[in-house]
Amino acid sequence: MTGHRLAAGAGCWPPGLADLDQLGGSCGVRSIWLEGELPPLPGVALVGSRQATFAGLEAARRIGADLGRRGVTVVSGFALGVDAAAHRGCLAAGGQTVAVLGCGLAVDYPRSHRGLRTEVSLRGALVSEYTAWDGPRAWHFPHRNRIIAALSRAVVVVEAGEKSGALSTARWAADLGREVLAVPGSILGQANRGSNRLLRDGARPYLDVSDLADVFPECAVPGASDRRRRPERPGGEAANPPLEAGDHAARLLALVSAEPVPRELIGRALGLGASGLAVLLGELELEGHVRSLPGGLVARPRW
Amino acid sequence: MVATAISCAVQGLSGVPVTVEADVANGLPSFTIVGLTDRAIQEARERVRAAVRNAGFDFPARRVTVNLAPAEVPKEGSGFDLAIAVALLRTGRELPLDDVACIGELALDGGVRGVIGVLPMARRLAASGIRRLIVPVENAAEAALVEGTEVIGVESLAVAVAYLEGRLDLAPTAAPPMGELIAPGGVDLAAIRGQSLAKRALEIAAAGRHNLLMLGPPGAGKTMLARALAGLLPDLGADEALEVASLYSLRGRLSDRPATSLRPPFRAPHHSVSRAGLIGGGAGLAQPGEVSLAHGGVLFLDEVCEFPRAHLEALRQPLEERRVGVTRVRGTVTFPADFVLVAAANPCPCGRLGQREAPGCRCAEDAVLRYQARLSGPMRDRIDMVADVPRLGGEALFGSGAEEPTAAVRERVAGARARQAERAASTGVAANALLGAEQLVAVSRLDVRALDALTTAGERWRLSARAYHRVLRVSRTIADLAGEERVTRQALLEAFQLRGQSE
Repeated sequence: MTGHRLAAGAGCWPPGLADLDQLGGSCGVRSIWLEGELPPLPGVALVGSRQATFAGLEAARRIGADLGRRGVTVVSGFALGVDAAAHRGCLAAGGQTVAVLGCGLAVDYPRSHRGLRTEVSLRGALVSEYTAWDGPRAWHFPHRNRIIAALSRAVVVVEAGEKSGALSTARWAADLGREVLAVPGSILGQANRGSNRLLRDGARPYLDVSDLADVFPECAVPGASDRRRRPERPGGEAANPPLEAGDHAARLLALVSAEPVPRELIGRALGLGASGLAVLLGELELEGHVRSLPGGLVARPRW
Repeated sequence: MVATAISCAVQGLSGVPVTVEADVANGLPSFTIVGLTDRAIQEARERVRAAVRNAGFDFPARRVTVNLAPAEVPKEGSGFDLAIAVALLRTGRELPLDDVACIGELALDGGVRGVIGVLPMARRLAASGIRRLIVPVENAAEAALVEGTEVIGVESLAVAVAYLEGRLDLAPTAAPPMGELIAPGGVDLAAIRGQSLAKRALEIAAAGRHNLLMLGPPGAGKTMLARALAGLLPDLGADEALEVASLYSLRGRLSDRPATSLRPPFRAPHHSVSRAGLIGGGAGLAQPGEVSLAHGGVLFLDEVCEFPRAHLEALRQPLEERRVGVTRVRGTVTFPADFVLVAAANPCPCGRLGQREAPGCRCAEDAVLRYQARLSGPMRDRIDMVADVPRLGGEALFGSGAEEPTAAVRERVAGARARQAERAASTGVAANALLGAEQLVAVSRLDVRALDALTTAGERWRLSARAYHRVLRVSRTIADLAGEERVTRQALLEAFQLRGQSE
């Protein structure tokens, strides 16, 4: 265990954490355990559901990358789903990120994030207020959310159901006077109930990274790399057509948007059999133009 | 005074011809059976005594000893009753036909009842040159399937004795013709709307004997698809069909599947099946399990994640060796278990993971991971293909367009099988699914563009060595279906679509 302890008031004590003391009660943080090196703070917190939809995960990854590319630190909770996608997106774009855990630093949780844990500790920091071997107790998570909010200047709720823990992060953020934003989502289904309700209650909608320009001026200018990564319009595909697959490929790309489409329907629309469609999708997937998703769905990668 | 009769002990699908010796000596009346017998044979004393008397013969009121030789071979079941009675009667009377094996259980009134395993016994006896059998009437048809064996079906001990004395001339049972019967519960592909990816996966599975995993929510049609796979497999050869029928005979399940059927079997055990029921075993005769009843055909494990982990681990041997060893107190027997495995699973415990419309998945994250982890390990390594089977909406279900019938697909499968058989002459591997790492390189013969695709894919998706091999095996079969000598880029790309999302 390489973590070290940081006491309140120490030289490198993150400034935002002091704000928690003003809330009174047991909100203050007396010390934190730290693995890695704290990147510049405050940052932007990206939080959301653990059982996110594909759209939610893509959004988290993309926002994480947009921030990472601008040198804005992404703070999140290291949970499955949106949290992990945010960390990953940020790291993939070369950014720095802080993961606030709900358990001690020595506890391998969630287990499937072993690889991510190493990456975060190398390019940012893992933070916990619990001692090394404290397990992931249910009550830790809502409590650690106050640290996520405190370490950030703005909280973006990417996708949250009605009872998502991300909503508690948003509440802490509001109490601390941080900016609260939410990514608007579909009104069908449960996945976006919580985040949409935040919008109704006065949170600002997050449409693209410039919505954070108030708090982070570096977000005002669209980055050079963003323009290239804009979602392609079906018609605007001619710029980069896959040469070999020809006509069918162009029609397929026009059919598939970032919203996943069942492959069965694509086959019907193109008049292709299972075999022909598989070859075509294989070719496009190989070139990175489309992505197969569980459940027989096909989507355009957003980046 | 010693007399003998012939019977047969089964051990797995094989067995040992047994000489039943009966000795009648002076002394206090007693009846002893020796020769490594089980409880059913000890109880034969009571059945034989009553049957002999009620059939109108005298039971010797002397010291009777019966020995089942060879004495070191364990013997089980009630099939020795008839031979014991015949040997006993032979001590007192002339029964001139002595190259006849007798199999059957006796009723107290002297009737002869059917037993299990008569077909494998008949095959074993024929191999030792014993080609005349007296069997219970109800087992006569299965025994007659063994070529060159004369089978006499009897319904009572009296009839059997009359035949052996030469007083009664009984016509041997005619062998029933082997022929195509519709597999019970067979589903034609044309009856399934949509699901073109899964259907194509079935075609490839049938052609190369690849194991397949179907992922999809409940009610998407996974069971229908699995049933359709059995219909795509080519007919069994005569020998193979006889072997399959022997397995069903041993399990006493010939009522499930006629012994004359050439169609590959389809078995779909429920996840509550016991280990012995799935793999083989049991307390009495070593019985073949579902894996062996699926020999030559399809084993379908629906809700595969619900099967106990130990059961799935136990599938490793049949999946790798195409046979299964059943170890019991008295030694190990081996049953053939060469099947195509079709496993079906929900993507998560509730089945709605990744579904876009309400209600979404409500499983806890840990539950999903634990659920999917059940599929890892030895099973996953032997599954070459993964096909998503989504629940289809109306547009896909009721769209126009004729679906290809099973018969048409089966023709392509037969062509691909023929090409594999040609190659088997040099590689010694009967089906693409069995190709090992070294053989794969030799038989794939990737062209330049295919090699390029393989390299790009390896980098993009960080394929493991196992994943490479799976994709190569499947693409070899796809190329065989297309009649290609070399594995083309198209075949490889299609195989990638069936590789599954994660390792």
